[in-house]
Amino acid sequence: MSVIANSATTLFNGFFEWFGELGIFSWRVLTAAVTPPYEWRELVRQLDEVGSKSLPLVAMAGAAIGVIISLEARYSLTRFGAKSMFPATLVYSVVQVMGPVITGLVVSGRVGAGMGAELASMKVTEQIDAIEASAINPYRLLAATRILACILMLPLLTLATDACALLTGWFAQALVEPLSFHQFISSGFNGATFNAFLPQTFKTAVYGLIIGLIACFQGMRTRGGAAGVGRAATNSVVLASLFLILADVVLVKFILVFFT
Amino acid sequence: MATTYDIATQQAEPKQGGLASVVAVESVYKSFAGHKVLNGISLRVNKGETLAVLGRSGTGKSVLLRLIIGLDRPDSGSICIHGQNIAGLALDRMGEIRKRMGFLFQQAALYDSLTVRENVAFPLEHHRGDLSKSERADRVRQLLIEVGLDGDISKMPSDISGGMQKRVGLARALALEPEILLLDEPTAGLDPISSGEIDELILKLQRERQMASIVVTHDLHSAKTIAGRLALLNEGDVVIEGTFEDLQRSDIGFVKEFLQQS
Repeated sequence: MSVIANSATTLFNGFFEWFGELGIFSWRVLTAAVTPPYEWRELVRQLDEVGSKSLPLVAMAGAAIGVIISLEARYSLTRFGAKSMFPATLVYSVVQVMGPVITGLVVSGRVGAGMGAELASMKVTEQIDAIEASAINPYRLLAATRILACILMLPLLTLATDACALLTGWFAQALVEPLSFHQFISSGFNGATFNAFLPQTFKTAVYGLIIGLIACFQGMRTRGGAAGVGRAATNSVVLASLFLILADVVLVKFILVFFT
Repeated sequence: MATTYDIATQQAEPKQGGLASVVAVESVYKSFAGHKVLNGISLRVNKGETLAVLGRSGTGKSVLLRLIIGLDRPDSGSICIHGQNIAGLALDRMGEIRKRMGFLFQQAALYDSLTVRENVAFPLEHHRGDLSKSERADRVRQLLIEVGLDGDISKMPSDISGGMQKRVGLARALALEPEILLLDEPTAGLDPISSGEIDELILKLQRERQMASIVVTHDLHSAKTIAGRLALLNEGDVVIEGTFEDLQRSDIGFVKEFLQQS
């Protein structure tokens, strides 16, 4: 019984310790990010790393999602005699729900694991200590640049995912019955306002914050050699994906309250 | 100017000349997860002087260096660099002090995504914006020549030997022309010839630059070659401090045992 109680206490303490350390880490990154000198060159490198190198992956994921939603939507809408709603259903499903979440999860997998492993490897080989010993703030050079790159790139990648999904979704439909792309777009976005789409796209900046913050935090607190690096990479992906989905619950509610 | 030190005391006070200590460690305690690593250690190093810190593995030698450069913080006690206590300084404030220090890590800790040239240029690019690109490149070339590595500047750290990595680490540590040089096991893992070359290099740099240096090592031969003064640690504290001859003359059992085994 006492073993169970001890385990529960350890788990409980570990949970709060993790959040406490995350809070301290976030504060250090924030203060480092807003004070000069700014690491522009590293930021540009990270924008390329997070943005252009993730583009093929999110484009492919978007293309696949477009086809899947198109097939499913056509089947369901035909059953309920609402085939004319197909363009709007596809547009709203992709832009409001699937595009942001799929982009977030794909980037979380690629970038989260990469950042977590890279920083963890730097930590265990004392490269982060070497940066600090060279009078360079590692929170500014390594963490702030990566987190900012994620925040800036996620909305742009989401737009790319959405575009690919709409294109392949339309194409899948056009193969079955004639529908011009112009017709599809004008019907799909008919009556749509910016409020219906922009908040959903730009909420992914919060996903970017979550992915960057968790990956940098897990990487820079790593201990224990190769096993520690592996743990950091895994934890970065798992925790970033989990927090991303949890945050989405709050963000969707927030958008519904303030933007519709 | 000659300076002599008390043997077998924790504090080495200069007896002649009254030189101000560049590094002064006073009654420092440090524990990790309840395990006491440093137990009230005190040490001083003056300008132009080299102190070798010797001791068994796990006696806190590397921890002492990490405390001096501010990578870890002491539980209690003070660490003064040029008279300023660094215990508790904010990261950016600490940065100003670190610019005056160079650190060679035990495994060199080179940035594995950068070439040899970029590794040495790294501190210069961040702190010497006043230098032009070509001036920085000249400075890097000069540093690499100084450590005997002119031909390998475009290689990645993984493509050079351990001894060469140490040299690159040393060149990087010297990039900002530090007044204090901290060396963590500079000859560990190297063959005797490479160790001798690193010792020679450190001696040469000491003569030319007159830095205050602290060398942590297991290697007694290396310690007596490069350091004028040796401090032997056991259980987180200094057992004896003095010249190699002072250590040889000591009656302390641990000192005798350490010298015999080395």
